[in-house]
Amino acid sequence: MKFAVVTFPGSNCDHDAIYATGSLLGEDVVNLWHKDTELPKDVDCVVLPGGFSYGDYLRCGAIARFSPIMREVVEFAGKGGLVIGICNGFQILTEAGLLPGVLLRNTNMKFICKDVSLKVCTSDTPFTKSLEQGRTITIPIAHGEGNYFADAETIKMLEDSGRVVFRYCDELGNVTTSANPNGSINNIAGIINEKGNVLGMMPHPERYSDPLLGCNDGIKIFESIKKYINI
Amino acid sequence: MNKFKAEIKITLRTGILDVQGKTVENALGSMGLGAISHVRVGKYVTLDVDAANIDEARAIADKACQQLIANPIMEDYVIDIKEA
Repeated sequence: MKFAVVTFPGSNCDHDAIYATGSLLGEDVVNLWHKDTELPKDVDCVVLPGGFSYGDYLRCGAIARFSPIMREVVEFAGKGGLVIGICNGFQILTEAGLLPGVLLRNTNMKFICKDVSLKVCTSDTPFTKSLEQGRTITIPIAHGEGNYFADAETIKMLEDSGRVVFRYCDELGNVTTSANPNGSINNIAGIINEKGNVLGMMPHPERYSDPLLGCNDGIKIFESIKKYINI
Repeated sequence: MNKFKAEIKITLRTGILDVQGKTVENALGSMGLGAISHVRVGKYVTLDVDAANIDEARAIADKACQQLIANPIMEDYVIDIKEA
């Protein structure tokens, strides 16, 4: 299979994503520049990496949405292609309207960089096939604006349709207020679109993919994508 | 074509906790200015618009706000427009 990792001016997790999908997972990966106008025909999954695209000017992800490559990404997603947005990538997906809601400033006003526990709320997605539902995984977060917000109707729709994929929890898997690092509604750390092919998540699976780091729970997400594509 | 100047004020929507405003309010309280409350921090954008008339200029500025300058999910905006 083939991954495409998009680099925007200000992306800083693009090489980690390339390392995780290419060197660790062993799949083909192509690096695209934001000014590229075409997605290679044989791409199976697009990764929008973390960072500070366009310096977070105006709002996180607001400008990246207008990059030439994003027209292709939106079209690719519309045809059912897999897209995963990590951190700033998640913010870009909400600004582009591929996912509902928005990421607000963390309630404590701080940039938070630490490991968090995540509850896998569903295995029934192309991104979580290799993860057991209800399992707790450890993945780092690194963001100042990760506080997921949407109106009550949208939250109800996401919850009722099982589209919350990851929630912040404690080490035992309890979804509690104290385990919520940024104030996200219902401890939401990741959501998926209605068709189930676009995932946005604030935590960084690519940063915990190499076993040398002591934890490689993140590789399971990329393994899931590989498994889904190769079926 | 005439030139118009738009002043756009953007604030977080009512009901969304404005953590920046709250932090500034707490700091003002520490300064002894406890008389101040309901601090909201927003953005201020000015821009020029070429348009045939003020209604057209307002419509262009509104489109800019809807699609880029503000995010209606979390922000409200007010456009003040006049001839440049």
